[in-house]
Amino acid sequence: MSEVREILPEADEAEIHRVEQWVSRLLRIGVRLSLAMVILGSIVSFIRHPKYLDDPAQLTRLTHPSASFPHTLRDVASGLAAFRGQAIVIFGLLMLIATPVLRVAVSIIAFVRAKDRSFAIITTIVLTLLLLSFVLGKAG
Amino acid sequence: MTPFSFTIATFVMSIIAGVLGSLLGLGGGIIVVPVLTLMFKIDIRYAIGASIVSVIATSSGAAASYVKEHMTNLRVAMLLEMATTAGALSGAYLAGVLSGKWLFIIFGAVLGYTAVHMLRSTDHANGSSVPRCGWADRLRLHGHFFDQSTGAEVHYRVGRTRLGLAISYVAGVVSGLLGIGGGALKVPAMNVAMGVPIKVATATSNLMIGVTAAASAGVYFMRGDIDPFVAAPVAAGVLVGAQAGSRLLPKIRSKVIRVGFVIVLLWISIQMLIKGLRT
Repeated sequence: MSEVREILPEADEAEIHRVEQWVSRLLRIGVRLSLAMVILGSIVSFIRHPKYLDDPAQLTRLTHPSASFPHTLRDVASGLAAFRGQAIVIFGLLMLIATPVLRVAVSIIAFVRAKDRSFAIITTIVLTLLLLSFVLGKAG
Repeated sequence: MTPFSFTIATFVMSIIAGVLGSLLGLGGGIIVVPVLTLMFKIDIRYAIGASIVSVIATSSGAAASYVKEHMTNLRVAMLLEMATTAGALSGAYLAGVLSGKWLFIIFGAVLGYTAVHMLRSTDHANGSSVPRCGWADRLRLHGHFFDQSTGAEVHYRVGRTRLGLAISYVAGVVSGLLGIGGGALKVPAMNVAMGVPIKVATATSNLMIGVTAAASAGVYFMRGDIDPFVAAPVAAGVLVGAQAGSRLLPKIRSKVIRVGFVIVLLWISIQMLIKGLRT
């Protein structure tokens, strides 16, 4: 026990906890906002389409391999403007997808502020690789 | 089945997936895909799209409280993420070169062996049996957490950092190549190789899988594989389940987590072997 304390002095401990708090808070906000959007979007869909409540044929249509739903950012934006349920759901899902990436970005700032050079570099490499795979994936 | 009853049924199923996924650090995909395709006859493309969303939901949903309670080792997570993302990138390029059949068979066998090995090993309390590691000292990877199930503060030392990085790289390659099995290798890499306690290993893996999944989720969205109607109840249910699961983990005994993880690992290994032998 005392051995571990030796390696982790009080100051370092406090600095690690600060980074942890930033990350934890960001994740909580991301999760709550996206959950709220997904639920709101679903409720809007059911209110706008009362048939969804009692017509089994609608399920086949909604989950058919050629079903149409927004899958570009432009679709989502125009759907949001028209207050369409599916667009609100997708917006929530996109927020959910962005949260881990933002988590890495926020950690960089936190490590820089904590003057932790090696981890600021490590985290920057992670973010770069992440964005790179995003770009390459879209191209491929 | 009406769209409404589908939404409710999927939501409930996803809560269970979220609890299990957040406890074992594997994401909810193992439950979500078979239930959606076999029970609800959903197209496999949408099932996989929903499952990648469920992995992110499990990760973020549980990580907020894991990080706050120091169940997650943030520094180990960041360090290994470097290896997994690099691995995932190379995996995507190797996909055309290597044959899927043999990869499934090899990794199925590796995971099966790992599962048996994990069942026999125990946590190294207070770092007694982990060799000293200069990298871990310099990067200050060692940590401690409060284990509610035993009511004691557990201090642990991290060792074999380079081996952990190497396995994480392979884990990244596997998930880039096969789309599955990433988390299944990360937990043993931390627990068996680096000497991280099993609970910290699953909580840390849980945080890491979200990052890898987010990179592929963007691509799935652009391809039109994420059907909002299927993904909405999955995401909502998993988020709720993962938050509940994250409150459970500190209270559950390490042995239970270890046995649960080994069972699921064996299950994935069998699935991979079957897939390899069939193709």
